[in-house]
Amino acid sequence: MPHTKRRRLVTTAVAVSLGATALAACGSEDGSKAESGPVSLTYWTWTPGMDKVVDLWNKGPGKKDQITVTVKKQASGDTLVTKILTAHKAKKAPDLVQAEYQALPTLVSNDALADISGEVGDVKDKFAEGVWQQTTLGTDAVYAVPQDIGPMMFYYREDLFKQYGLKVPTTWEQFAETARRLKKKAPDKDLTTFSANDSGLFAGLAQQAGAKWWTTSGDKWKVGIDDAATQKVARFWGGLVKEGVVDNQPMYTPSWNKALNTGKQIAWVSAVWAPGTLNTAAPDTKGKWAMAPLPQWSLDQDVTGSWGGSSTAVTTDSAHKEAAAKFATWLNTDHDALNALAKEGGIYPASTSAQLSGAFSNPPAYFSNQADFYTRAAGIAKTTAPSAWGPNVNVAYTSFKDAFGAAAKNKSDFAAALKTMQDDTVADMKKQGFEVSQ
Amino acid sequence: MSSSTSRRSYGVKGAPYGFLLPATILFALFFALPIGYAVWLSFRKVHVSGLGLGPGARQEVWAGLENYTGAFRDSELLDGALRVLGYGCVVVPVMLGLALLFALMLDSDRVRLAPFTRLAIFLPYAIPGVVAALLWGFLYLPDVSPFYFVLDRLGLPQPDLLDGGPLYLALSNIAVWGGTGFNMIVIYTSLRSIPAEVYEAAKLDGATPLQIALRIKIPMVAPSLVLTFFFSIIATLQVFNEPTTLKPLTNSVNTTWSPLMKVYQDAFGRNDIYSAAAEATLIAVVTLLLSFGFLRAANRRNKQEAAG
Repeated sequence: MPHTKRRRLVTTAVAVSLGATALAACGSEDGSKAESGPVSLTYWTWTPGMDKVVDLWNKGPGKKDQITVTVKKQASGDTLVTKILTAHKAKKAPDLVQAEYQALPTLVSNDALADISGEVGDVKDKFAEGVWQQTTLGTDAVYAVPQDIGPMMFYYREDLFKQYGLKVPTTWEQFAETARRLKKKAPDKDLTTFSANDSGLFAGLAQQAGAKWWTTSGDKWKVGIDDAATQKVARFWGGLVKEGVVDNQPMYTPSWNKALNTGKQIAWVSAVWAPGTLNTAAPDTKGKWAMAPLPQWSLDQDVTGSWGGSSTAVTTDSAHKEAAAKFATWLNTDHDALNALAKEGGIYPASTSAQLSGAFSNPPAYFSNQADFYTRAAGIAKTTAPSAWGPNVNVAYTSFKDAFGAAAKNKSDFAAALKTMQDDTVADMKKQGFEVSQ
Repeated sequence: MSSSTSRRSYGVKGAPYGFLLPATILFALFFALPIGYAVWLSFRKVHVSGLGLGPGARQEVWAGLENYTGAFRDSELLDGALRVLGYGCVVVPVMLGLALLFALMLDSDRVRLAPFTRLAIFLPYAIPGVVAALLWGFLYLPDVSPFYFVLDRLGLPQPDLLDGGPLYLALSNIAVWGGTGFNMIVIYTSLRSIPAEVYEAAKLDGATPLQIALRIKIPMVAPSLVLTFFFSIIATLQVFNEPTTLKPLTNSVNTTWSPLMKVYQDAFGRNDIYSAAAEATLIAVVTLLLSFGFLRAANRRNKQEAAG
């Protein structure tokens, strides 16, 4: 989740001690095979307010089935993946974990996630196909239940677009034209920035363009980071940065907040969770923003990428897979649970039926000017392109940050940076012993 | 008493070992064992079979020196070491120079408000490195920094402190700001322990305060200077907090800016604890060589001076 990303500023700087991991890894291992009698489960998650949602379970369906879930609050994203893998080495991973979609292959490859296809039943129909496919990794197994998704959208300052006579771009070509026109009219302003500190954004943009970064054939992996679709995206943004019509400074910094809050940057390519981030970054511009679908590569297309989103998975260390899968299903498909998740945790549900009900009947407070915000969001979510994650997304993401960070800074060739990203990823896979086809 | 001589001598023989036992156990458990384990890990690696999905696809196997040759061949580790060298060339002389200067000034007869000044110079050391780096990071960002606001108002040029050469100065500044106070206290304490007779004798011989500082005080605190230099080399080689904290604020600091950041990234970003263990071992060896090499050189000089 993006609003927790800025917190990484502090958390990454604090040394991770293995001792703390061991302390937190008090999984329940009472060894009882039969699913009768009281069961207690541990759940690692970073979603704010999850304890309140779990309370609903513990007082309702959980009480009936004698399944008690305890929430252990964790740091978000990659940090948690590392922690799960470390705990799993000691066979002490918790019963349930939250995991971003792109982390699932890494976790499965380390044998940390259990196949729950037999336990979750027919939940598949509750989710869009592209979302569900990420939890199966294209196999017959099911490794997680989708929780939230992050379909990408275009956010812009409605008032400033009017003031500068700009039209909302529907294609990327128009997007570039809009950036140029703004630069001409107001040289000290930028349409947006190309930020190299969140690889998820670039991955989502590539996904929209049709990129498939990891695919398999037989026993071999194929890495397509440097494919034609991604090259197109890289060249597009590299060109804009070089031209100087978009900024090249990273997101989530105090400078970035100020640029959004004062109207120095007047648009942001983001995802459905943007209202929460904008609320903290640019509180003074509340009600002045509007949301539109992401610009397209060609006019006859209607497709978006996804940035963020996570799932609930059961670990192989859990002694109560059935009970854990039952909770994971309830949490992500039950009407009351999803409503509470939206209210307490601010998540956008993966479950299609929840996207238009309850908490999502009204627009977010920050976008009170756009009454149909969530109706449009649900429509856009349907157009999400399928994604293709591999077992070392973390390596590709780090390589992106370093290579594109340097390229953005020097306003140099983005295609070369993309090549670096591809080479780093393939080299790491080969080093680990994966079979990689050229 | 005399009748039990033989028994006592037996007891005395075993006593040293008995007294050594707690220390030996602690040493083995909390020093030798973890280091030994890290070295063991550095000779291992993971092997994946097939697509690497599902149980049993990942196995830990013997790697030999593969992780070490990999670390030597990895240009990023060497680049990181060079970056840290550049950083150290700014930090160590400036920090120790300032520490010595402040210590001498505080030790002079004419100083006023000495306790307050001493505390004020020392105080930044009490601020955690991460907080210090965050604090300076905000001051370096043009859009939120009051310095840039003032520079802007005065129509002066506004350098980008988070890029290129100035980045080294910006990072060094954080270390100097935080470390000068500590080193000053070490030098100052040893200045205070110089007997007053030495100064009296010097004054009687007609030495000026400046001459006393240069010819008496500095040579007499040389051992503390060596010590602070030794500490500073180690701290420089281990730089991690400052660049890691500034990393999200700028494109110029990458995830492997310093060797320790590379170790962290390999262990927790790439989940390759084996390479990380090899790199950590290398860094430890280099740190040992550099710091003890320096100590030996300093000792040899001292002996030569004593002999000459």
